[in-house]
Amino acid sequence: MTQVAMTVNGKSVSGEVEGRTLLSDYLREDLRLTGTHVGCDTSQCGACVVHVDGKAVKACTMFAAEAEGAQVTTIEGMGTADGGLTAVQQAFQDHHGLQCGFCTPGMVMTAAALLEETPKPTEAEIRDYLEGNICRCTGYHNIVKAIMAASGQDVSAVAAE
Amino acid sequence: MPKDHGVGASSARREDVRFLTGRGKYTDDIALQGQTHAVFVRSQVANGVITSIDTTEAAAMPGVLAVFTGADFADVGGNPAGWQINSRDGEPMKEPKRPVLAHGKVRHVGDAYAAVIAETEEQARDAAEAIVAEIEEQPAVVDMGKALEDGSPLVHDEIGTNQCFDWGWIEDNRAATDAAIKAAPHVTTLELVNNRLVPNAMEPRASMADYDPGTGDYTLYTTSQNPHLTRLLISAFVLGIPENKLKVVAPDVGGGFGSKIYHYGEEALVLAAAKKIGRPVRWTASRSESFLSDAHGRDHVTKIELACEEDGTFIAFRTETMANVGAYLSNFSTATPTFLHGTLMAGNYAVPNVYVNVKAVFTNTAPVDAYRGAGRPEATYSLERVIDMAARELGIDPLEIRRRNFVQPDQFPFTSAAGLEYDTGDYGALVDTLEEMIDRDGFEARRRDSAARGKLRGLGVNTYIEACGIAPSNLVGVLGARVGLYDAATVRVNATGNIAVMVGAHSHGQGHETAFPQVVADMLGVDENSIEIVHGDTSKIPFGMGTYGSRSLAVCGSAVVRATDKIITKGKKIAAHMLEAAEADIEFTDGQFSVAGTDKSVGFGDVALKAYIPHDFPLEEVEPGLEETAFYDPANFTYPSGAYACEVEVDPETGKVTVDRFAAADDFGNVINPMIVTGQVHGGLAQGIGQALLEQTTYDSEGQLISASYMDYAMPRADDLPFYEVDHSCQTPCTHNPLGVKGCGEAGAIGSPPSVVNAVIDALHAGGHTHVTHIDMPLTPARVWSAINS
Amino acid sequence: MYAFDLERPGRIADAVKLLSDSEESQPLGGGQTLIPTLKQRLAMPERLVSLTAIPEMQGVCLSDAGEVCIGGATTHATVAAEAGAYPALAALAAGIGDPAVRNRGTIGGSLANNDPSACYPAAALGSGARIITNAREIAADDYFQGMFTTALDEGEIITEVRFPVPEKAHYEKFDQPASRFALTAVFVAKYADGVRVAVTGASEEGVFRWSEAEAALSADFSAEALSGLSLSGDGMISDLHGSGAYRAHLAKVLTGRAVAAAR
Repeated sequence: MTQVAMTVNGKSVSGEVEGRTLLSDYLREDLRLTGTHVGCDTSQCGACVVHVDGKAVKACTMFAAEAEGAQVTTIEGMGTADGGLTAVQQAFQDHHGLQCGFCTPGMVMTAAALLEETPKPTEAEIRDYLEGNICRCTGYHNIVKAIMAASGQDVSAVAAE
Repeated sequence: MPKDHGVGASSARREDVRFLTGRGKYTDDIALQGQTHAVFVRSQVANGVITSIDTTEAAAMPGVLAVFTGADFADVGGNPAGWQINSRDGEPMKEPKRPVLAHGKVRHVGDAYAAVIAETEEQARDAAEAIVAEIEEQPAVVDMGKALEDGSPLVHDEIGTNQCFDWGWIEDNRAATDAAIKAAPHVTTLELVNNRLVPNAMEPRASMADYDPGTGDYTLYTTSQNPHLTRLLISAFVLGIPENKLKVVAPDVGGGFGSKIYHYGEEALVLAAAKKIGRPVRWTASRSESFLSDAHGRDHVTKIELACEEDGTFIAFRTETMANVGAYLSNFSTATPTFLHGTLMAGNYAVPNVYVNVKAVFTNTAPVDAYRGAGRPEATYSLERVIDMAARELGIDPLEIRRRNFVQPDQFPFTSAAGLEYDTGDYGALVDTLEEMIDRDGFEARRRDSAARGKLRGLGVNTYIEACGIAPSNLVGVLGARVGLYDAATVRVNATGNIAVMVGAHSHGQGHETAFPQVVADMLGVDENSIEIVHGDTSKIPFGMGTYGSRSLAVCGSAVVRATDKIITKGKKIAAHMLEAAEADIEFTDGQFSVAGTDKSVGFGDVALKAYIPHDFPLEEVEPGLEETAFYDPANFTYPSGAYACEVEVDPETGKVTVDRFAAADDFGNVINPMIVTGQVHGGLAQGIGQALLEQTTYDSEGQLISASYMDYAMPRADDLPFYEVDHSCQTPCTHNPLGVKGCGEAGAIGSPPSVVNAVIDALHAGGHTHVTHIDMPLTPARVWSAINS
Repeated sequence: MYAFDLERPGRIADAVKLLSDSEESQPLGGGQTLIPTLKQRLAMPERLVSLTAIPEMQGVCLSDAGEVCIGGATTHATVAAEAGAYPALAALAAGIGDPAVRNRGTIGGSLANNDPSACYPAAALGSGARIITNAREIAADDYFQGMFTTALDEGEIITEVRFPVPEKAHYEKFDQPASRFALTAVFVAKYADGVRVAVTGASEEGVFRWSEAEAALSADFSAEALSGLSLSGDGMISDLHGSGAYRAHLAKVLTGRAVAAAR
C-alpha cells in the first residue's frame, strides 16, 4: 500500500491505495464519489472521464497513485458556486442531451474540456471530440446540439427536439 | 403555440439534475455495511462436460467467505421461459432447464459454473482462478443450419434435438399462400441475415443482495427493467423465497434495451450467498462479462418471398426463418421470433396471404432474447428489403409500390393477413410527410455533388408497423404467454395536496418521472411539480410488469389514468359532502369541484385535506384518505407506424458507407412530451443504423465470441451519425386506451435498418454495380467493397 | 488485476535501475494499452515503473539538425499541439484514440508496444526516425521486428524519438470501426533523397515499408505513379473487420490518398 494525496473537487484528500488501485476505484469506493461511472474495461466508453490537472482523462485507465499531487475534478465538482448547473450541464437538460444518465458524467466532463480548448466548436469538431464517449440512448443528436448551445451558438436550425 | 405544461408540453426532465451532477444512484453506487463481493467463474469453452470441480484451494484463500458450484443449486428451480410455443404438429416447445449455475455441462462461452464470495473483488478473483475445473470439451454447434442437421452435436442432450420448436403462422393460411405464390406473375425471393446484436446498455448488469436473519427478509438491488417480474421469477420458479419476504429494488438503471428485462442467475446467486454468509453480497459485471453473459438480440436467418402482380400489387408474403435462441431459453426468447415477429409479417399492407414458418434453434452461444424492437425489426427488415428488391425488379418507385399496397385509412379497424387487428393509422399521410422532409427533388443534385467527389449517393426508404403497448393478457394467454401483461398504478394524494404516483413501469432513460406527472397534472388541474413518481421498488408499488415493448405509457400510463379517475370520483363524493350537494351534481374541471349550475365550488387541495381530516365524514358513504389503485389490461396492442428515409454516401474505393441524412416520420398517436418522444426516436435510429452498418456479433466455429469488447464490437459513436430529421405530426390516436397513445420507444430501431440498406443498394446501382442486389448487415466497409468487387 | 507495486521515479537513471532490479518489473507509459491488459489479468508484473513523472522524457523540441525530437513520455496531445514543425506528425498524433486517451498515452509507450494497428510505428518507420533509449540509438528500420516485437531489450526504455522533417508528408488512416485503431493506414513522407511509405494495420508482421511504392513515388510523387502496383493479401491480417486482400487493397488506396494530401 502506498500513501496518496491529491486535491479532488477543491478539497485535499489522502489515503492508502494499492499499486493497482485505479483512479476510478479510488474516487468511487474510497471517496464515495460515485458520479464517475465505469462502463467498460477497454478504455473505450468514456463514462469515467474526469479532469486531472485540467485535462480530460479516463479515470479507469490511470492508477490512483499516478494522480499524486494532482488537481482532480469529477462530475460532483462541476456546477456553479451556488450549487446550480453550469452552462454545459444546463444545455444538456434544455436540449434533452441525456436519457438514462449513465454516460452523462463522462459526456459533461468531455464537453467541458472541449469548450475549454475550442470555445465555438463546429458540429464536426464536437462529433470528433466525442469519439471516446459512447452513449447508447440519445443517438448523440441532442448531445451535439447541447454542446453547440452551451458554446453560445444558435441551434434553432438544428432539427427540433 | 407549443404548450408549456401538461400533456403535449416539452417539459424539462426533472430527473436530469441528479444525473448531470453525479448524484444518480445506480446499483453499483450502493454500498452496504459489511458488503462482500461475488466473482463468477465462466466457461471458456462453448460445449463441455464438467467432470469435476475442486474448490478446496479456492475456499482456503485469503478473504474467501464462500464458494458455490452448480451442485449447490441442483435442487432449486430453473429460470423459466415466459411463453410456451407449440410446434406446427402441436408438440410443445422443448424447455431444457436453465440453472442458476451450470451443472454437469457448460453450454456457451461465459456460462457461469462457479462463484466465489470474498471480502474484496480481487480476492474473489484470485480465488476464482484457483478453482480447478475439469471440463471435457466437446464439439460446439454455432451455425443454426448445422445445428438442425442429423448427427449435430447437441446443446442439450436430454432433449435429443437442437430444435426448440417449428412454428407456423397462420398454419391454416399455408396452403393458400403456397398456391398464391405458385400462381403469381412475379415472385421476388431474398435470403438474408438479421445480425446478432449485443444490447450494450452503458451500465453493465449489477446486483447487490442483503439478507436480514432477524426477519428472514431479503433485499435485492438489481439492474432491472421490471423488478416485480424478477421477484416473481425468483420466488415462484428459482429460489422459492416467498414474494412477501423478497424486496426487489431497481434504482437508477443505466439503460436496458431489453437486456435487463430478464432474470439472470447472478441475481439468484447473490441472494443465496447473502443468506449463507449473513452479509450483503455485491456483483457488477465487467463489460467483457456483459458481452458473454447478457442476453443478445436478433440473430435470424430468413428466406422471404414476395409474390405480386406486374403492377406491384402484393399477393403474398412467405417466410422461412431460423431463429437462434442460444444455449438456454431466456424469459421472452420464444415470444420474440414468433408472436412479436410472425404477426407483423403483413406490414402496413393489405396483402391477402401471409405465411410464416419459424424454427427456433439451440446453439452453443449466449442466450438470445428481446432487444429493442424484438421481433418487429426482424419482420420489418425482411419485408422492407424484399419490397425494395421487388420495386427495383418491376421498375416501380419504392415509395409508390408501398403506397399502392397500404391499408387505407377507411379500412380501419383492419385485420391483417397475419392476424392482428390494426386499430388506426394513415400510412399514406406518413409518406406524404416524409416526402416533404427529405427534399427528394434535390436528390439528383446531391447525387451529382457526391459523384464529383468520387462518392456514390443513394436514397433508401421504408415503412414499418409495430405492435406495441404489450400486451392484452387475454390474447397473449391464448397464444401461450405464462404471465399477464397488464400494469398497475397507485395515486396517493397526501393531506397537503401533493401527490405520489406509484407505477409498475420502470424508467431507465425514458423520462417517466417527467411525463407521467404531465398526465396526472392535466387531469387534476394541479402543478406537475407537485407530483412525484415512485418506481422500481416492489415494496412501494402495488405491482407492475415493467418497461419494454413500448408499453410504459400505453399500459402503465393508462393505469395511472384509471387510478386518477378513481381519485376524481372519490373527490366528488367528498366535495358533495363539503358542498352539501348531490354527488351526481358535482363537476370537476381545472382543479375545482363545483356544483353544476351554481357558483359553489371547492378546490382539489381542500378536498385532499378534508379526506385526511374527516371530522364530519359520513363514514358509511365515504372512507377517509385519498388513495386509489388501478390495474389496466389493454384491449389490443397499439400500432405505431412510420415512414423512414436514409441518404448515404458510399466510397466505392474503400466500401465505407456514411449516413448523410436520416428522416423519420412516425405516428405515435397522441404525444405527451414531444421532446422525450423525439429523443426516444433518436436513440432508436442510432441503434438501427448501428445494426445496419456497424454492429457485428461474431462467434467462431468453436463458439468463441470474437467480438467480445468495444475493440471489436463497433458501437455507434457521435461521428458515425448525422443530425436526424424527426416528425410525429401524423397522429391517429389509439382507439382503445384512454390516452390515445401508441408508444415510441422501439420505433427508431425497428424502422431504420431497411432504409439504410436500401440506400446502399441504391447507391451501388447508381454507380453501375447492378449485380449487387443484397448485402447482409452490418454493411461494413469490407463487406461493401467485397460486394462491389464480387 | 494482479497485485503489483507502482513506482514513479523522477529520473531516467532511477527508472532504469528499478527496471533492472527485477525481471518482473515492467515499464508503464500512459497505460492506455497496458492497463486494459492488466485488467484482463493477461500480464502479471510484480512492479510497474511509471515513466510519466520523469521531466527529462517530456516535451517536443527542434534539434540543431532540424529534427523534431520528442521525449519518450510525451503524450499524444502534447505532440499534436507542439510538433507543428512536422505537421503530418502532429496530425497523426491528433488522430490517435480519443482526446482522453491522447492526454495519457505516450509516444514511447506506443512504439515500445508496437501494436500492429497503431499509428506511431507508421510515422517512425515512414520518417526514418531514430529511437533513442537509455542505452543506445536504434534506427527505425532496425527497430520494428514484427507484431508486438521490437529491438528493445528487457528493461530498456525509449527516452526520445527523433524525426527528420520531410519536404512533404501525410498520414492517411482508415479506422477500424470499433477500436478506432488503424484498420489500415499509410504514412507517406517525401525527403530530398527519396520517398518513404510505411503501412500499419495491414501486415501480420506489423508495420512495414512498401518498397515498390517508395521507388515509384521517388521517381514521380503522384498518386498516378502507383497505378501499376499492387500488394498481395498474403501475410496480411484477416479478421472480422476485413480480409487480407481488403487490407492490401486499402493500403494502395490510402497510399494514393496520402500522396495527394501530402503537404
